[in-house]
Amino acid sequence: MAEETDDALAPRRRFQLIRRLARHRSFRIGFIIVAALTLAAIFAPLISKFDPFEMRARIRFRPPQAAYWFGTDNFGRDVFTRCLYGARLSLTIGLGTALLSGAIGAAAGIASAQFRRIDAVMMRLMDGLMAFPAIILAIGLAAAMGPQIGSLIIALSVAYIPRTARIVRASALVVRELEFVDAARVAGASSLRIIWRHLLPNCMGPLLVQLTFVFAYAILAEAALSFLGIGPPPPAPSWGNIIAEGRDQAVDSWWIMFFPGLAISLATLGMNLLGDGLRDVLDPRLKVET
Amino acid sequence: MNLRVLNRLALRLAQAVPVLLVVAVVTFLLMHLLPGDPAVVIAGPEAGAEAIERIRHQLGLDRSLPEQLLLWLASLARGDFGRSLMLNQPVLVALGERLPVTLSLTLVSFAITVPVGVALGVLAARFRNTWLDSAVMFLALVGVSVPSFWIAILSVILFSVILGWLPASGYVPLSDGLLPWLLALLQPAAMLALFQIGFLARMARSATLDVLDQDYIRTARAKGVSEWSTIAKHAFRNTLIPVVTATGIILSLLMGGSVVIEQVFALPGVGRLIVQAILTRDYPLVQGTLLALAFLFVAINLLVDVIYTWVDPRVRYG
Repeated sequence: MAEETDDALAPRRRFQLIRRLARHRSFRIGFIIVAALTLAAIFAPLISKFDPFEMRARIRFRPPQAAYWFGTDNFGRDVFTRCLYGARLSLTIGLGTALLSGAIGAAAGIASAQFRRIDAVMMRLMDGLMAFPAIILAIGLAAAMGPQIGSLIIALSVAYIPRTARIVRASALVVRELEFVDAARVAGASSLRIIWRHLLPNCMGPLLVQLTFVFAYAILAEAALSFLGIGPPPPAPSWGNIIAEGRDQAVDSWWIMFFPGLAISLATLGMNLLGDGLRDVLDPRLKVET
Repeated sequence: MNLRVLNRLALRLAQAVPVLLVVAVVTFLLMHLLPGDPAVVIAGPEAGAEAIERIRHQLGLDRSLPEQLLLWLASLARGDFGRSLMLNQPVLVALGERLPVTLSLTLVSFAITVPVGVALGVLAARFRNTWLDSAVMFLALVGVSVPSFWIAILSVILFSVILGWLPASGYVPLSDGLLPWLLALLQPAAMLALFQIGFLARMARSATLDVLDQDYIRTARAKGVSEWSTIAKHAFRNTLIPVVTATGIILSLLMGGSVVIEQVFALPGVGRLIVQAILTRDYPLVQGTLLALAFLFVAINLLVDVIYTWVDPRVRYG
């Protein structure tokens, strides 16, 4: 019975949440930015008729103009097109990192909260990983696993798992002391059922908020890794790569490094705004911030 | 120092041991994931199979993984962090040469971050929901969204190339005088600080808002204490507590960010060393540097925690 009422109420509650989010100013702005960038990334070949790799010696270092919105680089490649394809790479890595670190971080955090015996070991392990500044751990791992997109996602995920695990563990520890969880336990619910039906759903808010911020950090970190030469190797149109390549001509041909940096900032800003909005709506404890 | 603080110190030291062990094991595993064979790299391109085999034996690479791990932990315990292939010097010596640069950068950046970040946060909270609040919070958001290496390049173009006010790159040791040292570090430290300022301003604002809602602030205002005095004497001190807690995170962010900033400004610090080590596949150097940075970070956090216990009498050990 209880479950039926639960499920009947869920859609309406969800609808209310969406309405509150839609009214939240920074969520709205963030959503528009992220949606626009996502669409641009998906439809990149339709938006630009150029090839991001095609070199044309005749049109090197063209400043921004009608034909080449963001100008051309030292190989005559169209910077706007390269930025578009860079969005694909950055958003893929951001999303992949958010999902992977979210799944593992949530599993580790909830397991720590529910099975108290593994808690101390798990938390020392997380402390150990957190002892490396995130970007340095990601650099080490990315160097160890090679510059493929998959290994970058794994490297960045490992760097952000501990923080996510701690946040999920903290909320799960609060939830598991609540009466309805006790009731479920007394009624004979298994640990797995408690985790799946009660702990996980009630940790979703803080988890989701954290993951939007992980998404934002991952975009910044990927750009930094590429810039350092540890990301996808050069011809790849990653935002960090374009900036690194345009750096030597930054004074005379400022547009090569200027626009990809703007793109990184915009994507990160959008995710951060989205995260701020989600936090205000989903995490009432932090409501003080407004 | 009293018993409470000493107890806290003992507890923290005990907790740090397993953390350091995890750090060492993670670093070890990391290096054994690296593609390629260190022995081949050391032997050079013209070496025969025998020479490679001999070096592999010398390095202990022909032993089993657990054996290698134990040997490595044993040498760490003796303070031996290995020898760099690229520089042909002990890792600790190479680190010792670079560390002052990174510490100087981090220190100056920290000195910029804290007052600016806190001031912005308190200002935004005091003028909550006004245009000033919105402006400060928007700037803080931009601070945590803009890639530091990009804004740093733009800053070099403006302040070094066009205006010629600040050096574009390079490091001047402190022994050459305070002013040249500061001048060389000012731009990189400021660029490095942007992210942390944004982070801290957002945190300080919400901490101040919490405090401003308290009864004793209302009481202070009701009894006619001036607004300035209310903020400075009553609110500010309590605002600082969550800020001190954030110090560990800020230092971690600063150390991570310094890797990228050192690259932009060609500062010969630990970050630049680690990137060079990775690009030249200098395994012992990568391993030693990662480890030393993590150790340093654990030590700093321990120190911060103990100072925190000392400053805030409410913190108990346990």
